[in-house]
Amino acid sequence: MARSGPIRILLAKPGLDGHDRGIRLVLRALRDAGMEVIYTGLRTTAEQIVKAAIEEDVEAIGLSSLSGAHETHFVEVSRILKEENAEDILLFGGGIIPQQDIDSLKEAGFDHLYPPGTPLEQIVADLHQQLRPGEMENDNA
Amino acid sequence: MSAESPPPTEWKDRTWRPFVEGHPERAQEFLTSGGIPVEPMYSTDPASEGAGEYPFTRGIHPSMYRGRLWTMRQYAGYSSPAETNARFRYLLEKGQTGLSVAFDLPTQIGYDSDAAEAMGEVGRVGVPINTVDDLDALLAEIPIDSVSISMTINSTASILLSLLVALARRRGVPASKLRGTFQNDILKEFIARGTQRFPVEPSMRLVVDVIEYCQKEVPAFYPISISGYHIREAGSTAAQEIAFTLADGIAYMEACRDRGLDLVSVGRRLSFFFNSHNQLFEEVAKFRAARRMWARICRDRFGLDDDRACQLRFHSQTGGSTLQAMEPSNNVVRVTIQALAAVLGGTQSLHTNGWDEALSLPSEEAARLALRTQQIIASESGVADCVDPLGGAPFIENMTDSIEQEALSLIHEIDERGGMLKAIRDGYVRRAIEDSAYKSQLDQDSGKTTPIGVTRDGEIPEAPFSVDPAVEAQRKDALSTHREKRDQAEVESHLNHIEAAASGESNMIPVMVDALEAGCTLGEICTTLSRVFGEFQDHG
Repeated sequence: MARSGPIRILLAKPGLDGHDRGIRLVLRALRDAGMEVIYTGLRTTAEQIVKAAIEEDVEAIGLSSLSGAHETHFVEVSRILKEENAEDILLFGGGIIPQQDIDSLKEAGFDHLYPPGTPLEQIVADLHQQLRPGEMENDNA
Repeated sequence: MSAESPPPTEWKDRTWRPFVEGHPERAQEFLTSGGIPVEPMYSTDPASEGAGEYPFTRGIHPSMYRGRLWTMRQYAGYSSPAETNARFRYLLEKGQTGLSVAFDLPTQIGYDSDAAEAMGEVGRVGVPINTVDDLDALLAEIPIDSVSISMTINSTASILLSLLVALARRRGVPASKLRGTFQNDILKEFIARGTQRFPVEPSMRLVVDVIEYCQKEVPAFYPISISGYHIREAGSTAAQEIAFTLADGIAYMEACRDRGLDLVSVGRRLSFFFNSHNQLFEEVAKFRAARRMWARICRDRFGLDDDRACQLRFHSQTGGSTLQAMEPSNNVVRVTIQALAAVLGGTQSLHTNGWDEALSLPSEEAARLALRTQQIIASESGVADCVDPLGGAPFIENMTDSIEQEALSLIHEIDERGGMLKAIRDGYVRRAIEDSAYKSQLDQDSGKTTPIGVTRDGEIPEAPFSVDPAVEAQRKDALSTHREKRDQAEVESHLNHIEAAASGESNMIPVMVDALEAGCTLGEICTTLSRVFGEFQDHG
């Protein structure tokens, strides 16, 4: 049952990684596309991320990691989300994610994992398609 | 320049000859492959200054690489101290001339490998170092009195300095013999790199503690490497890279002046660290502009009347963000162009990235190829035989002026805003970088600047290198053994001394060295410091 109105997204950097160029670009692109985006900043724990996502009533969580710790942190967010019965929140991720790790992250619910350099419009389009499948993409940004 | 300036042919007599008498060049004469002699430097402008002359646009030394090649310094570190030690020894054996340590994120931010915050991060992007024993293992069978060691460490630079001093004592090496560089540049962590642990003011105090202690006790070390590398990686332009880096440099000089340090001595031991991207001529011009600007800042702003104190010495690294995950072997070519730019720009040391670094940390084979790239440029291309070979070309000189003008106006803007600390705090610097990053991403998305070999549905190969996740558990065991064998009362008492010193104003390094010698860990010291200093909080 898709919602209507502006898409609400939480972006977060779990773990200690400080590379935030990518996530800040995504933040800007999603806002420019009319979405309501909350960014939690550096070094957020999986618990904090899930708590904020539920409190802010978001439809998707985007996680970024370029330090090689994605397995630990992404899977942990997915686990706590299940624990909190909030699996309806969509998960996506970005960063340097080796190909050999992609299958296990898909199993954890990350259908889309964006490497550095991914066109921003692709991320916007994917989110529209998944969260507002009936609507034509707005062109009013 | 005044009309009486000697013509450039006199540069040889005036500056070059007296210098090479004391510092012989690599060869008696330099010839092209066809036997044509190569002059040390060429010039078309009779009034211009040469290499080794203020403001050092053409290079800080009169003979540059004709005298001594740049230091080939490959950044390495992963997994455990012992595994990194093996990579170091491999690189030294292959002809690398200096070491450069990559620390893992917990070490950089001040957490031990067994801290909850370190989960999943131990040994990933670098090596974990928590104790004197760890550093001893990292540098096993490496002579710390002759090999220079560069450390990419910022928030916890004071602790790594203390660890190194403690290790030198253990090995009976006088601290005065230690050579190397601490990055110790906290401001760019707030701007672009993100490993800050404490708020800005106490962080700046620790930076100056390191500079002050090194000045007295470890004089052959460069206690700070003011870095534009990460500013560029975060998406800045070339002009922003040098403007914000030099503005950080101004802030450190001011902090040292406020501490009462002698700025000539400080200036002589400052070093810088820049990025080298694909646009060859823009990069060469950037390095030349940075040298000239810093020399003038030192003389005009800080009144330094000392050539060595005004010289901008820099390390450079090829641009990580320019590497592509698709068709990654193309990255070898990108790295070669970027390395060439750094050399033509007069770098003092260079790290060339591995072609596989858009996929993972570099494999041993990729690290070797990256080093070989530098060696081929150094020995086979002939570019090291002439000082500032592009200098004097109208394009390069104009580009140097343009980048300088743009960077000067950015520094002016920062001055108007009340200085760099304020400009960082109010978000100006981050915003400016982010605007550039957004623009360049949109250019790439629109197809204006698509990298070669990158397509929408292109394949990304598997990563050739991975860190064994078992290292985290091994580190936990090693640390718990370490903690058990210490005198706990002594540890507590040292940590109390650290807390007291942090609340006071005296230099923290001596109490840190004592604490580490008694077995205190990096994480324990940082936890203690955070009780006094508070913790950095990112609000997104």
